[in-house]
Amino acid sequence: MKIYVPRDASALAMGADLTAAAIAAEARRRGIEIELIRNGSRGLLWLEPLVEIDVAGTRMAYGPVPAEVVPNLFEAGFTDGKPHALGHGATEEIPYFKKQNRLTFARVGLTDPRSLDDYLAHGGYRGLSAALALAPAEIVAQVTASGLRGRGGAAFPAGIKWKTVLGAQNGQKYVVCNADEGDSGTFSDRMLMEGDPFVLIEGMTIAGLATGADRGFIYLRWEYPQAKLALEAAIAAARAGNYLGPDIRGSGKAFDLEVRMGAGAYICGEETSLLESLEGKRGQVRFKPPLPALEGLFGKPTVINNVITFASVPIILDRGAEFYQHFGMGRSRGTLPMQLAGNIKFGGLVEIAFGMTLRELLYEYGGGSYSGRPLRAVQVGGPLGAYLPESQFDTPLDYEAFAAIKGMLGHGGIVAFDDSVDMAAQARYAMEFCAIESCGKCTPCRIGSTRGVEVIDRLVAGDNAAQQETILRDLCETLTYGSLCALGGLTPYPVISALNHFPQDFVKPARAASASG
Amino acid sequence: MSDQQPRRVIPIKVERPSSLSAAERSAVQGACERLKSLPGALLPVLHAVQEALSYVPKDAVALIARELNLSIAEVHGVVSFYHYFLQERPGRHVLHLCRAEACQALGSVALEAHVKKRLGVDYHGTTTDGSVTLEPVFCLGNCALGPSLMIDQQLHGRVTAERFDALLAQSRELN
Repeated sequence: MKIYVPRDASALAMGADLTAAAIAAEARRRGIEIELIRNGSRGLLWLEPLVEIDVAGTRMAYGPVPAEVVPNLFEAGFTDGKPHALGHGATEEIPYFKKQNRLTFARVGLTDPRSLDDYLAHGGYRGLSAALALAPAEIVAQVTASGLRGRGGAAFPAGIKWKTVLGAQNGQKYVVCNADEGDSGTFSDRMLMEGDPFVLIEGMTIAGLATGADRGFIYLRWEYPQAKLALEAAIAAARAGNYLGPDIRGSGKAFDLEVRMGAGAYICGEETSLLESLEGKRGQVRFKPPLPALEGLFGKPTVINNVITFASVPIILDRGAEFYQHFGMGRSRGTLPMQLAGNIKFGGLVEIAFGMTLRELLYEYGGGSYSGRPLRAVQVGGPLGAYLPESQFDTPLDYEAFAAIKGMLGHGGIVAFDDSVDMAAQARYAMEFCAIESCGKCTPCRIGSTRGVEVIDRLVAGDNAAQQETILRDLCETLTYGSLCALGGLTPYPVISALNHFPQDFVKPARAASASG
Repeated sequence: MSDQQPRRVIPIKVERPSSLSAAERSAVQGACERLKSLPGALLPVLHAVQEALSYVPKDAVALIARELNLSIAEVHGVVSFYHYFLQERPGRHVLHLCRAEACQALGSVALEAHVKKRLGVDYHGTTTDGSVTLEPVFCLGNCALGPSLMIDQQLHGRVTAERFDALLAQSRELN
């Protein structure tokens, strides 16, 4: 009898280890033989720890299951899939899950993330098999035709990047995975690495074959210790199975990779800072050109992509570019794993084709706020994304549609706020965050961010407010046009959007009134 | 740094006597010995040193610099750039409290005030009994179940003031 209890960090944060131990103990006590599998999360995070039991091939869901409920679950007959107050029926029939287009996350939560056999049994390494039969240029052509754009936030076409590296001079080349997922409201990289690390390894291996790189690095943030354990176990299993190493599956092609830990610097999610950090230096932004594709890690041609980008490649090679390209709208092709976070009732991971509106996602999936109060503002795309008011909730999830309203989809993180939010405080925080995390290279970002905090403080205090607003807008323009990278360049997004859409929060009398009321 | 031209840093300053204990010294040297052949070895070395000693002491910086053939300024520059590396000896437990937006949306600002008051310290401070060091962190990747914090490497979600007090009591009991 197979019972699944996730080892996903979010599940562990809600006590999944205690739940797993309680299930093992209770089964022993009752003399029931069980196989306890520590899977990834299904992404229905409000139900964590979500316990699943395999009943005649159907996975039945119970959640959230704290350890103390376990004896009661056994009593109710959950091992036969019987009903219980915490029961949700078949996992894959839960509408939140069923309505999704799980392509990249097809196996996350389904399989044992550390078992190569399980990965192979669920369609794993079919993309690599296809790639091994192709010439490098043909692999690149497939990725280009799929329309896959970088999922880290900048949405640069992956195929074009890969083509540049393929065409670069011979010699040592590298594949680098950006797993420094620092945006608040995002956790898709973490869930994927913890729930299906092999798919990332497979994607990076295909990137190596496509570009002639034989060495890879996964730059992982220190905040994700569970992801590190999962990746290292999977890398060891892949090596043992000859899916990594000097002669991959007897093809004569070599590729191997290792995990490197970051050390708490948001800026290292910017690709050139990340490369500096991998070289053992301060994570300071580099000038471009030269492009990393030509002079990247240690000055060598380097493919650098986000976790989800690499993890989307195996299915493209397996099912074909056309299959993937068929999902989505406009120039945004395929699916994007959206992450519902913050003050939201049903937070979790929703992988869907581009094109759904933000409103559908917030209410049909998210169920509105967690607090039960009306949603007032939503920040999309991390700490550098714009704050959107309710009037913009009908924007479709599409890179170009968000750019048109001076926002960005970024890495797909959505942070919801209810009506208790103080948008002037959020704008101030955006500047403060920039001041703390600036690498210091560009003056507008390094110093302008601190000045920004001060100007917002004066503006809110009503100290010659009209003039302060002019200064703030001017400062934001300087940041936008005077910064090398997105940290300085996009910090104005949350600041200006808060100011434009929620001006009443910046006015002193209104603030005093709302504080007393 | 195997891909770069070999070079020799010439010390222009006499190193002051190290205050590292013999055990600390050997932990630092062991980490350097084990990892220095890696390309871009400095971050892995610093992680290993902090794992062994719970921080990166000032006197370890000079030693690391010498072992990796870097200048003290280069190593200090890296240690001080990254928030995760601690330059002072922390308490027995390190508590990372999330300050990012998704946790703010669930009341982390009030939680932060409670935590600081309960511990009697601000960020980067250590409680007087030496049990806990409080550090800010920007996102722990638990954004659907905030407010979040991490004690040592253990993540906790949906943390209320009461839950924090219970977790704190538990940590102090353990050690």
